[in-house]
Amino acid sequence: MNRWLLRRAASAMGTFLLACTLLFFLMRLTPGDPLLRLSEDRPMSPEALANLRAHYGLDQPVTTQFVAFVGGVLRGDLGASIEHGGRPVVSLLRERLPASLLLGATTLLLNFSLGIAIGAWQARHAGRRSERWVDLAGLATASAPSFWVAIVLAWAFGTELRWFPVAFMYDPLLPADASPLAHVIDYLRHLVLPAATLTIVTVGVTARYQRATMLEALAMAPVRAARARGLTESRVRWRHAWPNALGPMLALFGLWLPIVVSGSVFVESVFAWPGLGTLAAEALASRDYPVLMGTAILIAATVVAASFFADLAHRWVDPRLRTT
Amino acid sequence: MTDSLGVPGALPREPSGRAGVLLLLALGAAVLLLPPFLPDPRAQPDLVAGVLLPPGWDHPLGTDHLSRDVFARLVYGGRVSLAVSLGAALLAVTLGAGVGLVAGYAGGRTDAVLMRVVDAALAVPRLILLLLVVALLERIPLWGLILAIGATGWLGTSRLVRAETMRLRTMEFVRAASALGAGHLRILLRHLAPNVAGPLVVATTLAAGDVMLLEAGLSYLGLGVQAPTPSWGNMIFDAKPYLVTAPWVAVAPGIAILLGVFAVNLVGESLGQRFGGHHR
Repeated sequence: MNRWLLRRAASAMGTFLLACTLLFFLMRLTPGDPLLRLSEDRPMSPEALANLRAHYGLDQPVTTQFVAFVGGVLRGDLGASIEHGGRPVVSLLRERLPASLLLGATTLLLNFSLGIAIGAWQARHAGRRSERWVDLAGLATASAPSFWVAIVLAWAFGTELRWFPVAFMYDPLLPADASPLAHVIDYLRHLVLPAATLTIVTVGVTARYQRATMLEALAMAPVRAARARGLTESRVRWRHAWPNALGPMLALFGLWLPIVVSGSVFVESVFAWPGLGTLAAEALASRDYPVLMGTAILIAATVVAASFFADLAHRWVDPRLRTT
Repeated sequence: MTDSLGVPGALPREPSGRAGVLLLLALGAAVLLLPPFLPDPRAQPDLVAGVLLPPGWDHPLGTDHLSRDVFARLVYGGRVSLAVSLGAALLAVTLGAGVGLVAGYAGGRTDAVLMRVVDAALAVPRLILLLLVVALLERIPLWGLILAIGATGWLGTSRLVRAETMRLRTMEFVRAASALGAGHLRILLRHLAPNVAGPLVVATTLAAGDVMLLEAGLSYLGLGVQAPTPSWGNMIFDAKPYLVTAPWVAVAPGIAILLGVFAVNLVGESLGQRFGGHHR
């Protein structure tokens, strides 16, 4: 187990460093110069440009830049933002992370509880006409563009019905001395539409995945044996089949987690949710490359870590994997 | 397992798959055949009284903020959106098939290196990769967009094809071809490639759906298809400020994207059940 853990951790680290390398060279190879884009709408003298170039180390040879870049990533230094008055990118990311985590955790919770419930129901009634329609509905919601769903929900439930706020994470006009409960309710009301959007466009995938893994688990010999022993249907399903369907679901969890950290660039920016997605969209609009790169690196780190922990959890729930 | 892809045999058998094919054919026919009967999508006939008209007899889906006919723009935009999807999906799957075939057939160090790179690249979400590339380019041309979306979409396919190739590589017909003196290139192209065709068709279909969503997303951020060329994504981008007064301008292209992606997914799914290799 320990040797496996070490090997897996080393490979995760390698993957992350390679991803950073790819990102670095992608930026270098793409035609177009960040500083030229930057100086487009604010005229700069050639000297000022040369100074900026020197400031960001862009006048150094590529290899030197690369070593400095990787060294910075390892020390947790992602450079300075161009747009935010030279603030360190790391501090910007840290400022935006909590909002994305709140939205992401809520979405994941809704996604998995609803997805598992729907998928298990589908597996139970597989082949029935109503089940087939639910299946198609899952595929249809997964086919909708998230930003469009966000816009439509914002228009229907925000602008028209005025049930929920459509922007920001809290009401800036709410007096600071309001009761804690009022603040919590305020946060929750702001959370409803973004979380609903993200859940709608992702829950179908989870449900269909749960349906497939559950059907697979129900066909397993031990599960059939449990049924043959005369156990109740719900006991067979939840105590015997479901744990076997759990392993693959963990892999899906690892897949959704990065979406949590990147927030959804689209959904966050439609609802002006102050998370990483909005930060990335803002950085994009102002061509703030260090911030874009920083966001990409943070997401890469999350993806690698998520798949590492998903593997770890998979071994924990599935003893068969521990023999390797 | 998948010898021929003759058209009648390749048609899906499930009702949902057939509905998907019909929906796709209808969309394709609409964007190809309707334009001669439509007003010019760039025409701005009346910038005073003709803007943001609700759906009606003259304009089946109303007009936008520049008094352009929304239905005409939807059809022309569909040409662009569907062409980008098809082009980028084909490019992505071709690249993925190439890398997957080489990695799976060569094995050893080549395979290890290629798959390490694929693993690392998969750690950065495709949208973020695309944003980084597209943001650097000034007013990206349509072919550039297809190139960028295609070039970032081959990773999953390469893994799928690699696994298929590794399975096929040791089979008798491949060893027989090798014993008969066939070279590596011949084995790859004549013996292995046709045998991964089934999963590749599935991968292309599903990739086309992903691309349609990505193109829409990029255009929505103002980075994809550039005005005045309409696409379903940039129509929603344009319609954003008028959402309250004229929601139809944003709703129509959204439904078009939803239908397009849904149809493609339906087809991909039922093909996936036939050919295997259902993989996202």
